Amino acid sequence: MTYQIGIDVGGTNTDAVILDERRKVIAATKQHTTKDIQTGISNALHEVLNQSGVNPDYITDVMLGTTQATNAIVERKSLAKVGVIRLGYPATASIVPFTEWPSDMVSLLSGTYQLVHGGYEFDGNNISPIDYNEIRKVLKGWKGKVDSIAVVGVFSSLNPDQEESVKKLATEILGDVPISISSKIGSLGLIARENATILNASLYKVINKVAIGFDKALQDEGIKKCNKYLTQNDGTLMTLDYAKLYPILTIGSGPTNSIRGAAYLAKIRESLVLDIGGTTSDIGVLINGFPRESSLAVNVGGIQTNFRMPDILSVGLGGGSVVRQLSNGEVTVGPDSVGYNITQEALVFGGQTTTATDIAVAMGVAKVGDSKKVDGLDRTFVKKAFKKISEILEDAIDKMKTSAEKVDLVLVGGGAIIAPDYLKGVSHIFKNEQGGVANAIGATIAQIGGQYEKIYQYAQYKREEALRDTQKLAKKQAIQAGADPESVRLVDIEEMPLAYAPGETTKVKAKVVGDFMKK
Amino acid sequence: MTQINIDDIKHIAIGASLLGAGGGGNPYVGTLMAISAVREKGPVQLIEPTDVPEDALVISASMVGAPAVSLEKFPNGNEYDKAFPLLEETYGQKAYATYPIEAGGINSMIPIMVAARRGLPLVDVDGMGRAFPELQMTTFAIAGHPVTPIVITDERGNNALVNTIDANWAEKIIRTITVKMGATSSVAGDAVHGKDLVANGVTGIISLSKQIGELIDSASDFETVDAALTQLLQITKGYKLFTGKITDINHTTKDGFNFGEVTIEGFGTFEQSFGSVSFQNENIIFKVNDQVLATAPDLITLVDVDTLIPVTNEELRYGKRVNVLGLPANSKWRTEVGIATVGPRYFGYDIDYVPLEQLVEKYSKMGE
Repeated sequence: MTYQIGIDVGGTNTDAVILDERRKVIAATKQHTTKDIQTGISNALHEVLNQSGVNPDYITDVMLGTTQATNAIVERKSLAKVGVIRLGYPATASIVPFTEWPSDMVSLLSGTYQLVHGGYEFDGNNISPIDYNEIRKVLKGWKGKVDSIAVVGVFSSLNPDQEESVKKLATEILGDVPISISSKIGSLGLIARENATILNASLYKVINKVAIGFDKALQDEGIKKCNKYLTQNDGTLMTLDYAKLYPILTIGSGPTNSIRGAAYLAKIRESLVLDIGGTTSDIGVLINGFPRESSLAVNVGGIQTNFRMPDILSVGLGGGSVVRQLSNGEVTVGPDSVGYNITQEALVFGGQTTTATDIAVAMGVAKVGDSKKVDGLDRTFVKKAFKKISEILEDAIDKMKTSAEKVDLVLVGGGAIIAPDYLKGVSHIFKNEQGGVANAIGATIAQIGGQYEKIYQYAQYKREEALRDTQKLAKKQAIQAGADPESVRLVDIEEMPLAYAPGETTKVKAKVVGDFMKK
Repeated sequence: MTQINIDDIKHIAIGASLLGAGGGGNPYVGTLMAISAVREKGPVQLIEPTDVPEDALVISASMVGAPAVSLEKFPNGNEYDKAFPLLEETYGQKAYATYPIEAGGINSMIPIMVAARRGLPLVDVDGMGRAFPELQMTTFAIAGHPVTPIVITDERGNNALVNTIDANWAEKIIRTITVKMGATSSVAGDAVHGKDLVANGVTGIISLSKQIGELIDSASDFETVDAALTQLLQITKGYKLFTGKITDINHTTKDGFNFGEVTIEGFGTFEQSFGSVSFQNENIIFKVNDQVLATAPDLITLVDVDTLIPVTNEELRYGKRVNVLGLPANSKWRTEVGIATVGPRYFGYDIDYVPLEQLVEKYSKMGE
């Protein structure tokens, strides 16, 4: 028998699970997330191995979902000095790199950039011919001044050739300086993709530290010959080596893991996932086994980016939400919460504050603490509050649905006990006892993914060929990230016509997944 | 005379989005262009149309083409430094100031960048009071101003001076050149003289955009969102036509234009009612339970119920909760020629234009 371990680092807890070959959970733990992250990971790893008694030699894969990259950006720590080369001159000079970035980030990253000739038009023609001498001169001047390079070309998602050749040139001139190219990182929208690429380049020290720490934690537990993966924000895995190239893709993997783990437990591929915590509830949408992506720009540490993130709606309702009656008789629930103090402050635990959990106990839907402590609550007040809880959840569910039809809902999280058994717009509610470690399970069951986005003119390029081409490129990406070519399958293909553009110009986006290559 | 600084640019962008009536596209790149220019060159002077001498030349700066392309390939910034002198040469007169041709999206921002870069004042006027998709759809054009001469340029320095026999030809030729330039181009045109601004333009549009943007930005400071909305309707002389949730979006792109229909299921006082917005880039018709409540040229604009932030047609999605607002068009559109140019029949609907105020009054009487 062989085993897999999944670890998910969250803001409060670091969770770990061990799954056997049949993907049955044989050990699970919740440890506190430590300030250095590393200790929490080691503790969780140690605990699941102890619980299960599994021989470390039979651990074949370890998957880690971590917040270290996010923390580094938010806390402005260990970030590298980045030199940005943008291919597009004479176009795009009206907005230079680092425009409207927080000034502390600009000075930490050195704010070095150069706009050079190159880049493509929407139809694949050159904006201006690329000038290698010009780029060579810039790179030579940056020797010793920057730690890493970000290369961003106009319409590089159409054709990554120029970015790739600048990468080669930079390696020739600067040696082993890490180089990030934008076509691998973001989608259409130059500024947001450039921002994501710069952040990626700034994170290489951070990701190296993660890799060393991860290796050491495994060594310490005697796990010597497993495959090591990090989870990405789109619910797929990348090998540790691939993650070293694209650390930015680890940002936001937590909610994705949670959504996928929850759905795995419920054994469904299409549903809403409701994760009720102590203070907030998060709702995500699972489509064909993967979370729906957000269409909005994602702001990371004050910087606008456009890389894919799960579409999550957060509302201020959790197990610890404070319940109040206003002078006009109206009852409110949240958004303030007693949070992790619930075990002291809630009525059922002998405290003085009426919380959403107390209401659920009084209604008989939850069984925690001492139910006698809520006997004294006014019945009308309790019913009003419970109705309010339903309304907040139903409202949030309704906002996330993609059609008027009823949907299935998977319920997870520590605060899930406050949810009513019936919710408007929901056909069936799935619950699971292991819902508390859904995120770590989500990390363990993740597959390798690939995604590609490209613009075609259907007037010149046949639609069928365009769709095939995008899929091929996405598959290539997945194989590069570590997927077994035989197992790669299409998850989603999307066409988006561009208004005011000629020749049926259409953006095509393909997403594929596959199993990871066995060693 | 007032100054436009960085915060003002952000507010003008939000306000112009509302006046864009669903169209105009994403103002993100335009906002960054204007901010970059003002950071470098300093604030822009905003002047009244009456401050412009009668015979002074005022040139509009705008972009033509696919908004989605300009999110990726945007201008150098110096395009207008070539286009303006060329047009000035044609008129034999230097530009006294610049102005936006429409409110909404990137074109509400380009003139701010140009004003900063070229050291010109910006006139508080435009040629639509909202956004429309075609070159001939301006209050200047319907008053008899020729749409050309236009100078069209790209970032490489290619340029063309276009003179056409009428607006339709201008539309065709400019679009064709734009495609060759990479699906976006920068144009200087709609040159008018000081005396024409008040007579044939929509005055006060930039300060109105700014006022709207400031109000939306501070909506959370009001006691309730409704209080903020009431004030928004006061400053725009508008009506709240409907409140509901988007339940269906039907989208197609035809000949480069974005067509569609949005269905909105009412809630609150609109429970049991259904609203529908028909759009062609911009919103054209709004109906409640199949009864027409507003049509172009009056403005139909959707705002988020919680934040009042305008929702453009690219951001429509199921589940979004919106207020549908109706704003009366400038009186220059409410003329025979105005309605023929941008009324419902021009866009292919078998509906006669009736001013928003009358439709609202008729509808509210029905409910009694």
